[in-house]
Amino acid sequence: MSSFWNFYIFALTLACLGGIVALIILTRRMPDPGGADAETTGHSFDGIEEYNNPMPKWWLNMFWLTIIFGLGYMIAMPVGNWPGVLGWTSVGELTEDQIEHDRKYGEIYERLASIPVEDLPDNRQAMRIGQRLFEDNCALCHGQAGTGSYGFPNLTDDDWLYGGSGETIKTTLLSGRRGQMPAWGDALGDQGIRAVTEYVMDLSGQDDVDQALASRGEALYNASCAACHGQDGTGNQALGAPNLTDDTWLYRIPGETLRQSVETTLENGRAGNMPAWEGILGEERVHILSGYVYSLSN
Amino acid sequence: MTNSTTASQAQETYNYTVVRQFAIMTVVWGIVGMLVGVIIAAQMAFPELNFGPYFHFGRLRPLHTNAVIFAFGGSALFATSYYVVQRTTQARLAFEGLAKFTFWGWQAVIVLAAITLPMGLTTSKEYAELEWPIDILIALVWLSYLAVFLGTIRKRKMPHIYVGNWFYLAFIVTVAILHVVNSAAIPVSLTKSYSMYAGTMDAMVQWWYGHNAVGFFLTAGFLGMMYYYVPKQAERPVYSYRLSIVHFWALIAIYMWAGGHHLHYSALPDWAQNLGMVMSLILLAPSWGGMINGMMTMSGAWHKLRTDPILRFLVVSLSFYGMATFEGPMMSIKTVNALSHNTDWTIGHVHSGALGWVAMISIGAIYHTIPRLYGQTLMYSTSLINAHFWLATIGTVLYIAAMWVNGIAQGLMWRAVNTDGTLMYSFVQGVEVSWPGYVVRMIGGAVFLAGMFLMAYNVWMTIRNENKERVSSPATQAA
Ligand code: HEC
Ligand code: HEC
Ligand code: HEM
Ligand code: HEM
Repeated sequence: MSSFWNFYIFALTLACLGGIVALIILTRRMPDPGGADAETTGHSFDGIEEYNNPMPKWWLNMFWLTIIFGLGYMIAMPVGNWPGVLGWTSVGELTEDQIEHDRKYGEIYERLASIPVEDLPDNRQAMRIGQRLFEDNCALCHGQAGTGSYGFPNLTDDDWLYGGSGETIKTTLLSGRRGQMPAWGDALGDQGIRAVTEYVMDLSGQDDVDQALASRGEALYNASCAACHGQDGTGNQALGAPNLTDDTWLYRIPGETLRQSVETTLENGRAGNMPAWEGILGEERVHILSGYVYSLSN
Repeated sequence: MTNSTTASQAQETYNYTVVRQFAIMTVVWGIVGMLVGVIIAAQMAFPELNFGPYFHFGRLRPLHTNAVIFAFGGSALFATSYYVVQRTTQARLAFEGLAKFTFWGWQAVIVLAAITLPMGLTTSKEYAELEWPIDILIALVWLSYLAVFLGTIRKRKMPHIYVGNWFYLAFIVTVAILHVVNSAAIPVSLTKSYSMYAGTMDAMVQWWYGHNAVGFFLTAGFLGMMYYYVPKQAERPVYSYRLSIVHFWALIAIYMWAGGHHLHYSALPDWAQNLGMVMSLILLAPSWGGMINGMMTMSGAWHKLRTDPILRFLVVSLSFYGMATFEGPMMSIKTVNALSHNTDWTIGHVHSGALGWVAMISIGAIYHTIPRLYGQTLMYSTSLINAHFWLATIGTVLYIAAMWVNGIAQGLMWRAVNTDGTLMYSFVQGVEVSWPGYVVRMIGGAVFLAGMFLMAYNVWMTIRNENKERVSSPATQAA
């Protein structure tokens, strides 16, 4: 802070407090009318008169006490550029808390970090910690039990966008994932969207499929979609392109039919975003969480 | 007949038309704002009650705060300040055309708020959500208000200015400054603008505004009201002139600094948080100065409480004022705030000020004023006032007790840690524990609202009496 602003802050603060102290002293010296039923000030406003009783002692003492405490606090703690005699900062307090936390709990996480993700489900302490971390950080999107909802994948089944091995899950958590499904509305037009949708219905084995429409869609599929979802439609975990041949849907819109949901996906594209957790939770906790997520489907 | 003759004489001396308009709208907006309060309270207990975008909690909540603070509280302040300033200066309102504009302009602001907020048009600054065209209208109304009030004071028939008017004037001047500075924005369309400030500075300007909205709109203005209605209703002189001088100047000087306590443990520099905390503690005594002056004015008149429910409203409001202004400085202490921040404790604190202090004193003041505006000596029914008093008190106590229990439970649950360093409770567990409190709050709010309906009926019947008398003696008809 420039010295001008520093001066400005001190001048205003001290002038404000000084003014109040002066005011208290001056009014205390006002002549005492004496006695409870003494004269009023002589003013009368719409019949309202005013006594001029002295200010209650206990109230004045409370006032002085808070002012003295305030001045003391400002000597001890930072104000403007003044660092305060205690040298306290909020960053310093946070660092101390973090060191204390690591001292108390560090050993537990270090020990669990040496167990491979896929063996963690056998460790009861790891599962307890994992469950709490999951409820505090993941449940808002994936649900309390990890069963997911519209746009948020179910983590308890065996169907994976990116893969279900311990190490893949850990990679997902550490750096996050971003699904990139392009929008096709402009490229394919309404006719094209309807045809490809029908082919997707066919791929996933729905039973009310219009075969003529679907076969028109197949050509479009091979040209535009196979690169990511595969010729056979089984998807590609390297890209997070979902398997379209099963009946598990990430984007099944509540209250709409499957066909409408797929059309919406194709029309506008999708970009599911799984946040990265390494910076938030740290590698050791992510490790334990990966074991917990692994346990949900194994 | 004598009553209505005095009223019509007063009507010639004073401009009561605008006072009547605001007094009636106080009751109307009180009912509307609190009804929305009960609805959002119900939505928090039963989330199924969120229908579509327009009836969603997120859009109704700012509607509630705007309706109760600016529509209900604002109308009460306009009505009483116009009434008090005329009676204590013995002068008719200055600039009556402007006074008329303040009424219609303010009602327009409220109606625009009630339309734009459910549409989702908001600046996202709490208590300053309205978009820039409405902000400009507010500024115009407010400057007119200032002109009318100051103009009337200039016309006063005595050398001194009554303490109640100091408070009203401080409230009007400061709110004008707060509003203009905090709402400064760059418009990009008729319904969208960006704040002039960025980042932490924006947050600090916002809470400088927010806290002083509490300090000047919800405190200084209502202290002005208190200084007239308590001595008037108790028929006793004000306790101490010098106490009123000290606590007035201290209050307005210190409030300005305390906004930092809304941003504890945030990106605001440490020292600004510290200063906010220190000044909030020093604010305790100046705040209590008003309560003490009101309470001690009652000495020699305590027996009147047994028969006068209006006086009871006023005295109980002072107790809640004392409670909220004790609680506030405590919550400003950083270690206490670490527990209370973001919990229902804050909501309890807000409503012990809002229901206990602001609403109760306004209700008492309106009950005192209405009969005098309409040529009566008393309200239509004193026992209905009494019933209203009990509904309001029970409603307030239910509301704030439920929020204290919830707030402390939430604060303790959020910080509880297991032996492995993980949090003991997930967020939803805190929500589950809070559910009974949300239901009790909803019931408390409904009880309070029920009292407002009694008030509306009572006011209606009082006014009808006047109209009957007018018909029987058209000669006394006032302008
Ligand atoms: C903001 C919402 C959100 C939060 C919070 C979140 N996730 Fe996700 N997660 C997603 C989305 C969306 C996807 C799907 C990404 C995509 O569409 O490509 C996803 C995908 C995943 C996957 C990959 C699933 C697969 O089939 O390959 C795993 C594993 C996962 N999340 C675990 C977690 C864990 C553990 C946490 C808590 C630390 C968590 N998520 C928190 C939104 C979230
Ligand atoms: C660039 C690679 C890519 C191409 C090309 C692509 N997709 Fe996708 N698709 C994805 C990804 C990645 C996702 C997952 C999106 C997410 O997680 O948000 C996806 C999601 C989908 C879904 C939603 C699945 C569900 O479970 O709800 C459907 C349906 C789909 N794609 C069909 C198609 C069709 C049909 C085409 C061709 C017109 C196509 N995709 C082209 C990558 C691609
Ligand atoms: C029937 C009476 C009332 C009920 C039921 C009620 C209910 C509510 C509810 C449910 C909330 C939202 C709380 C949350 O988000 O957790 C709220 C917020 C608020 N209410 Fe009320 N209210 C009532 C009366 C009033 C009155 C009379 C005032 C002011 C004069 C007021 C001022 C506020 C304020 C300022 C907030 C925002 C608090 C914050 O953001 O911290 N309320 N009210
Ligand atoms: C000396 C007087 C007071 C002090 C020091 C004070 C202090 C505080 C503190 C510390 C908070 C909590 C901030 C947070 O943790 O987010 C708060 C919130 C609040 N107080 Fe007070 N308070 C005082 C009096 C009052 C009065 C009399 C009223 C109402 C009439 C009131 C209305 C509010 C409101 C509306 C909020 C909620 C702000 C928000 O987050 O939306 N306060 N106050």
